[in-house]
Amino acid sequence: MKVKSLEELKKIREESMDKVNLREHGEINEDKIEILVGMATCGISSGARETLNEFVEEIKKEKLNNVKVIPVGCIGYCHSEPTVQVNISGEKPVLYGNVKGKRVHEIIEKHIKGGKPVENLILHVDFERA
Amino acid sequence: MTKPAEISAAETANENLPKEKFEELEKFINGLETTKGALIEILHKAQDIFGYLPRDVQLYVARKLGIPGAEVFGVVSFYSYFTTKPRGKHTISVCMGTACFVRGADKIIERLKEKLGIESNEITEDGLFTLKDVRCIGACGLAPVVMIDDKVYGRVKEEELDEIINTYRNQEVKH
Amino acid sequence: MSKFRTNIMVCGGTGCLASDSEKVFKNLKLILKARGYADEVQVIKTGCFGFCEQGPIVKIEPDNVLYVRVGPKDAKDIIDEHIIKGRTVDRLLYREPDKGKKAHKQEDMPFYKKQLRIALRNCGLVNPEDIYEYIALGGYEALGKVLTTKSQKDVIDIVKKSGLRGRGGGGFPTGLKWEITSKQPGKTKFIICNADEGDPGAFMDRSILEGDPHSVLEAMAIGGYAIGADKGIIYIRAEYPLAIQRLNIALKQAREMGLLGENIFNTDFSFDIDIKYGAGAFVCGEETALINSCEGKRGEPNYKPPYPAEKGYFGHPTCVNNVETFANIPPIILKGPQWFASIGTEKSKGTKVFALAGKINNVGLVEVPMGITLREIIYDIGGGIQGGRKFKAVQTGGPSGGVITEEDLDTPIDYDSLTAIGSMMGSGGMIVMDETDNMVDIAKFYLEFTMDESCGRCTPCRIGTKRLYEMLNKITSGKATMADIDAMKQLCYMIKDGSLCGLGQTAPNPVISTMKHFWNEYLALIKDVDNYQEEGRYIATNKDGTTIRS
Repeated sequence: MKVKSLEELKKIREESMDKVNLREHGEINEDKIEILVGMATCGISSGARETLNEFVEEIKKEKLNNVKVIPVGCIGYCHSEPTVQVNISGEKPVLYGNVKGKRVHEIIEKHIKGGKPVENLILHVDFERA
Repeated sequence: MTKPAEISAAETANENLPKEKFEELEKFINGLETTKGALIEILHKAQDIFGYLPRDVQLYVARKLGIPGAEVFGVVSFYSYFTTKPRGKHTISVCMGTACFVRGADKIIERLKEKLGIESNEITEDGLFTLKDVRCIGACGLAPVVMIDDKVYGRVKEEELDEIINTYRNQEVKH
Repeated sequence: MSKFRTNIMVCGGTGCLASDSEKVFKNLKLILKARGYADEVQVIKTGCFGFCEQGPIVKIEPDNVLYVRVGPKDAKDIIDEHIIKGRTVDRLLYREPDKGKKAHKQEDMPFYKKQLRIALRNCGLVNPEDIYEYIALGGYEALGKVLTTKSQKDVIDIVKKSGLRGRGGGGFPTGLKWEITSKQPGKTKFIICNADEGDPGAFMDRSILEGDPHSVLEAMAIGGYAIGADKGIIYIRAEYPLAIQRLNIALKQAREMGLLGENIFNTDFSFDIDIKYGAGAFVCGEETALINSCEGKRGEPNYKPPYPAEKGYFGHPTCVNNVETFANIPPIILKGPQWFASIGTEKSKGTKVFALAGKINNVGLVEVPMGITLREIIYDIGGGIQGGRKFKAVQTGGPSGGVITEEDLDTPIDYDSLTAIGSMMGSGGMIVMDETDNMVDIAKFYLEFTMDESCGRCTPCRIGTKRLYEMLNKITSGKATMADIDAMKQLCYMIKDGSLCGLGQTAPNPVISTMKHFWNEYLALIKDVDNYQEEGRYIATNKDGTTIRS
């Protein structure tokens, strides 16, 4: 579909809003959870692809149909790659660092299913976005 | 970073280059909208197909585009991404970006040269490894970094090098 | 908003909502109404302040007072004390954890002094392979706005007013560059995105292209419109396969939606973008060399003038901008030049992305407002030096820059101040070195790099850098005399003054700046230092701690 005017673009924006609302505002009503995995070169070379695959596998295995795994770019925390952000509707997004192997399982069990963030893996976010 | 020693005008066409590969390259060139300004793009494709850019391939490109062979060679020798020598089965790239350097990449590459018995940009006798120093692969958080083919080894210590090299050597034995 | 004397802004971001900001919002409204102030004071729900740790956040404007951890019960005090009596509610002010000091204003908080992400705004937030996510965050709206409501001159004026300067290192005003190119005669013009990030240890541009490729495409189309080009070229390093892959996906999606191609937004403007691959040559970051390489030739620089704006790609007027520069454009269009110009210092506006690496705890990518100090970047954001060792120096500007030492760490970062202390902004590589690094080795490392990367076109650079490298080798092997050092100093200035392009002109910088700041380390390696005196500075400390005297 071709965009022909600013109005049309705005309409597409409206329609696409629910794709990012959870990330921006945490303001959706559905019981949806997003897992963002940092998939830039630095993340991938630290094993982000394996991490992403493990999340997908585990979610499939556990039949967590409301959880979506989304590859995103670099968040800048190279010292703690792979990084993963968990967005749960109505809660503050949580950023995790060094997420590999067993830790994937731990996040799924404790945070996604149990609703309690895994404190010792949390990274402090120290920036704001324009 | 192509070294003068790699290049020899007297080198004869003794390489056995398969005809199909030339055909593939020709098809690519014929498919281009225009060859104006496309030399680098064509050489990238040629290196993809042949693995390196031997004299015969360079001359083929020159004739195809109707430009002097020297012009093609000038471009090939200018850019470090292009190589005129065949590669080993595995390419070991040691990141020599500044971040890796201050975390000891210089020592890592020296050890590797000793262990493999070759200099940078050379191929081991058994044809298994090519050693390369590269500029920043962008995994500065893992410095120093060694990359073998597409696999990245981060925070590499000198003591670990034997083990890493041996995994590739052992793979050969098994096959 | 003008009819209200005061605005109470309540954060409605995810974090604050989770900590009951909704109730705070309702209570504030109720109490205002009960006290009869509902016509004078407005309560607004805003987007995230980015300080979720301390939520819910309430901000009072125009007083610019920020309250943290505001509970529903605190609404009464905020209205009765602050709004009605004009007294700040002390217990709700933010306190710095270790000092217990209270901060009234947002700017006083250490948290807010640090990172602000404009160029990286979408990195790590959107799926780079999904154009709809980019559009959902306001993507391509700037392009639509520009094409349907602004003239070419308007766009150039906006960019000029914003004060944006080239982020590739040169710092040339972007708006001016666009204006010059737009004024050139000729129908065919080109806009080129320089993504040949060759500085070893820098990966800002790669991260933007991998994390948010659409922002660059959108900005190139805006730039193309402004200068009158219908063709854009992205010149990218072949060493960045992932960025190339994502750019190609983004291009395809943008074309499918008609955001690139013929008659964009149903206007007369048509624009498309090609990708050209570099092949590993640092000098191709220089714009004339880059253009030669785009044409399929050896990437050697040309003498300027003519500038690319006059005679560039195949002789046509061409504008070359860096990836990060482009990434700043859409927010400038949407939020206005005043917004952008309000961030940063007098002569350097906005933010800068740095790749923080080396002997630092938090290696990573940071985006900070211009004017922040190096100390804040290294200690507050970077978490200090690894292993608790002592800071020695930080190199900015890569092989073209210089070292900055402890004494200059409090200099606010902008283009001009970094040049004044003997380094440069550069593209954004920032390598931290600790007490165990030998600075002569560092200088040698950079010289080896520039020697390798010299294109060989002009003699001062081709031969000069080689000789300079040999001299440094002689020094580090302990065979050099003071006469060599003198010759080396002379050679540095000859290369600087005699070279054709920026690569050569800046190549000796690491040597000059390490000699200036770490003269002792050079002296410690010199054989005949005992016989030498120079301005009374002939005392040096050996590696083993003994003092060398004449």
